[in-house]
Amino acid sequence: MSRLTRAFSGRKALVTYVTAGDPDLKTTAERVLCLDASGADVIELGLPFSDPQADGPVIQAAGQRALRGGTTLAKVLDLASSLRGKIKAPLVLMGYCNPLFTYGEERFADAAAASGLSGVIVPDLPYDEGESLYGALERRGVDAVLMAAPNAATGRLAEVGRRSRGFLYCVSLLGVTGTGKALHGDLEAYMARVRAVTTLPLALGFGIDSPEKARLCASLADGVVVGSALVGLVETCGDDRPRLLEETGRLVRSLREGLDGI
Amino acid sequence: MKRGYYGPFGGRYVPETLMAALEELERAYESLSRDGAFQEELSCLLERFGGRPTPLYFAERLTEHLGGAKIYLKREDLNHTGAHKINNALGQALVARRLGKRRVIAETGAGQHGVATATAAARFGLECTVFMGEEDMGRQAMNVERMKLLGAEVVPVTSGTGTLKDATNEAIRHWVATVEGTHYIIGSVVGPHPYPMMVRDFQRVIGDETRRQVVADEGRLPDLILACVGGGSNAMGMFHPFREDPVDLVGVEAAGRGIATGHHAATLGAGRVGVLHGSRSYLLQDDDGQVIEAYSLSAGLDYPGVGPEHSFLKEAGRAEYVSVTDGEAVEAFRLLCRLEGIIPALESAHALAEAMKRAPRLGGKILVVCLSGRGDKDMDSIKSYLGKGENQS
Ligand SMILES: Cc1ncc(COP(=O)(O)O)c(C=O)c1O
Repeated sequence: MSRLTRAFSGRKALVTYVTAGDPDLKTTAERVLCLDASGADVIELGLPFSDPQADGPVIQAAGQRALRGGTTLAKVLDLASSLRGKIKAPLVLMGYCNPLFTYGEERFADAAAASGLSGVIVPDLPYDEGESLYGALERRGVDAVLMAAPNAATGRLAEVGRRSRGFLYCVSLLGVTGTGKALHGDLEAYMARVRAVTTLPLALGFGIDSPEKARLCASLADGVVVGSALVGLVETCGDDRPRLLEETGRLVRSLREGLDGI
Repeated sequence: MKRGYYGPFGGRYVPETLMAALEELERAYESLSRDGAFQEELSCLLERFGGRPTPLYFAERLTEHLGGAKIYLKREDLNHTGAHKINNALGQALVARRLGKRRVIAETGAGQHGVATATAAARFGLECTVFMGEEDMGRQAMNVERMKLLGAEVVPVTSGTGTLKDATNEAIRHWVATVEGTHYIIGSVVGPHPYPMMVRDFQRVIGDETRRQVVADEGRLPDLILACVGGGSNAMGMFHPFREDPVDLVGVEAAGRGIATGHHAATLGAGRVGVLHGSRSYLLQDDDGQVIEAYSLSAGLDYPGVGPEHSFLKEAGRAEYVSVTDGEAVEAFRLLCRLEGIIPALESAHALAEAMKRAPRLGGKILVVCLSGRGDKDMDSIKSYLGKGENQS
C-alpha cells in the first residue's frame, strides 16, 4: 500500500496545503514541521505559478509573493529533501504543469522520487493529457493524485478513479480554491457516485476553511484538504513569523479536533 | 493526429471541473458545424447584422508609392464594431443559444473582442460579463464605455499583471464556477480544444471571401498573404482556406520596443513551447516556466501565448512568422492614413508594415493584407506615442 493511501487509515485524514516560498522557504520549512506536529496527515507543498487557473485570490497572492521571493521548482524540491526524515506526514507537491514540463518530465520524476515526495498533484493536467508525466511518476513509485469534479459524468469519474494513485482528490464545489464559499449542493450524492467507482481513499477539498466544514465533509469522505485558510494566515500575520507558526498550529489543531469528534 | 491537436500542439490542459463543459461544447459544436440551418442562420446574421462580405480593396496609391507588388486590403475594419472579432462573437453567441445558456462571458485586451461579445449578447438578449485587465481599461477607456452602453458588465482584473493574460485567467476561473449556465466566448484561436478549431472556423469566412474576391479581380490566387498575430484569429481565419495552395502565408507579431529589449510580444519568434490557458503552444516564459508579460503598443497583440495551430504551421514550415516594432507599425499606420484614407487598427498596422518592407521587391506579384480592424480606438495610444517623440518622422 502506498504511503499516501496509508495516511488515510485509522482516522479521518487532514490534508494541508501551503504555498512553498510564502513568505519564504525557511518559514515554509518551519510551517511544515508545525503542520506535522499539530496533526496533519498529508502535507501538500504548493509550487507557485504565474497563472494559477484553479486558484482563488488567496493562493494567487501567495504564489505572487513566493515568485517575487525567487521560489523555483528546484528550490521546492530541495525543501522537500531537507524535510526527509523530519516529519511523519507524507509530502505531496502540488503544481501547475508548465513549470514541470519546463524542468523536464523524466527529470522531474527522478527528482520527485529522490527528494522523497510521496505524490504529485497537477490541477491543470487531466489524465487525457498527462499520460507521459503520470507514467514517469508511476515508474518511480511516486503517486499521481488525480482530481474528480462534481459535474463529471459517471464514465469520466470511473476513469479518474481507476487512474488516480494514493487517494482521489474530490473537488467539493464548482469553482476555484478559496474561503467563504458554499460547497456543492448535493455532496452526499456526489460522494456516493465516487465511492461506487473506486476503492481509493477520498479526500474532499476546495472551500473547506473551518472545523465545522471539515467535519461535515469528513463525514462523507475519508479526509479533507485545507488550503486557503492556512495560506491566508501569511497575510493576517504579516511579518510576525512566531505568530504565523502559532496560528498555523492553532488552526490545524482545531481542524484535527473537528475531525476526531466524528 | 490526436483529437484536438495540431501536431504536438493544442490539447486540453484544464482543471477537471471544466472537462464536462468542454466535452459538451465539443459535441454541440460538432453537430452544429454540420447543421445546415445553423450555418444559414449564421451567414444571414453576418450579412445583415455584421455587414459581410467585407470588400477586398485594391490599395492603388499605396501600391504606386511602394512601386512593387499589387497590394490588396481585406477590409475587416468595415465589419460592425470595427474588427474581425464580431465574426467569432456572433458565431459563439449562436452556439451559446443552442446550448441553452443564458449568459456569456469573455476576456478582452484591446476591448475589441469585449465590444464584439457585448454586441452579440445584446442582439440575442444574453447576459454578458467581460473581464478586462485594469491597465487595459485605462488604455482603452472608450471601449469600456461602449461595452457598458451595450449592457455588459465589465470586471476589472487586478491579479497577476492586470493585462489580457490575467483577464483570460479570471474568465476561466469564473467559468469554472458558473459553467452550468454560462458559455465562455474566448476571443482568439487559443484555449483548450475545441476553442482553437471553433474560432478558426468562425473566422475562416475572411479567407473564403478573399479567395473568391481575388480570383474575381485578378483571375488567380495571390502570391503572398500577411496578417497580424496576437492570439492569431484573424491570421488563422485568413490563412486556413489557402493552406493547401501555393500561396506564401506570413504572420506578423509585435516586436514592441525590439526583441532584444525583452519588451515585445513575439511569441512564435522568441518564445518556447509550453502550456498556457489550456493548450500546448509557443509562449513567452522564463527559464522556470513562469509566463512573462508581453509588451506591444498595440493592446490587441500583447499576449504571451499564441494559437496552437500557428505553432503547428510554423514547425511544419507552412507559414512564416516575423515581427515588427512599435515604430514600424506606427509608420505604416500613418502612411495608410495619408495614402488611402483608411485609419487602420494598430494591430493591423503591423501586417501593413511587413507588407511595406516586402512589396518593393515583389514586382508583378499580388499581395493581400488582412486589415483586421479600424484604428479609432488607438487615437490615444498613437497620440501619446508620437508625443513622446519616439520614432517621429
Ligand atoms: C483589430 C485587431 N486585430 C488583431 C487583433 C489580434 O487578435 P488575433 O490575433 O486573434 O486576430 C485584435 C485583438 O484585439 C484586434 O482588435
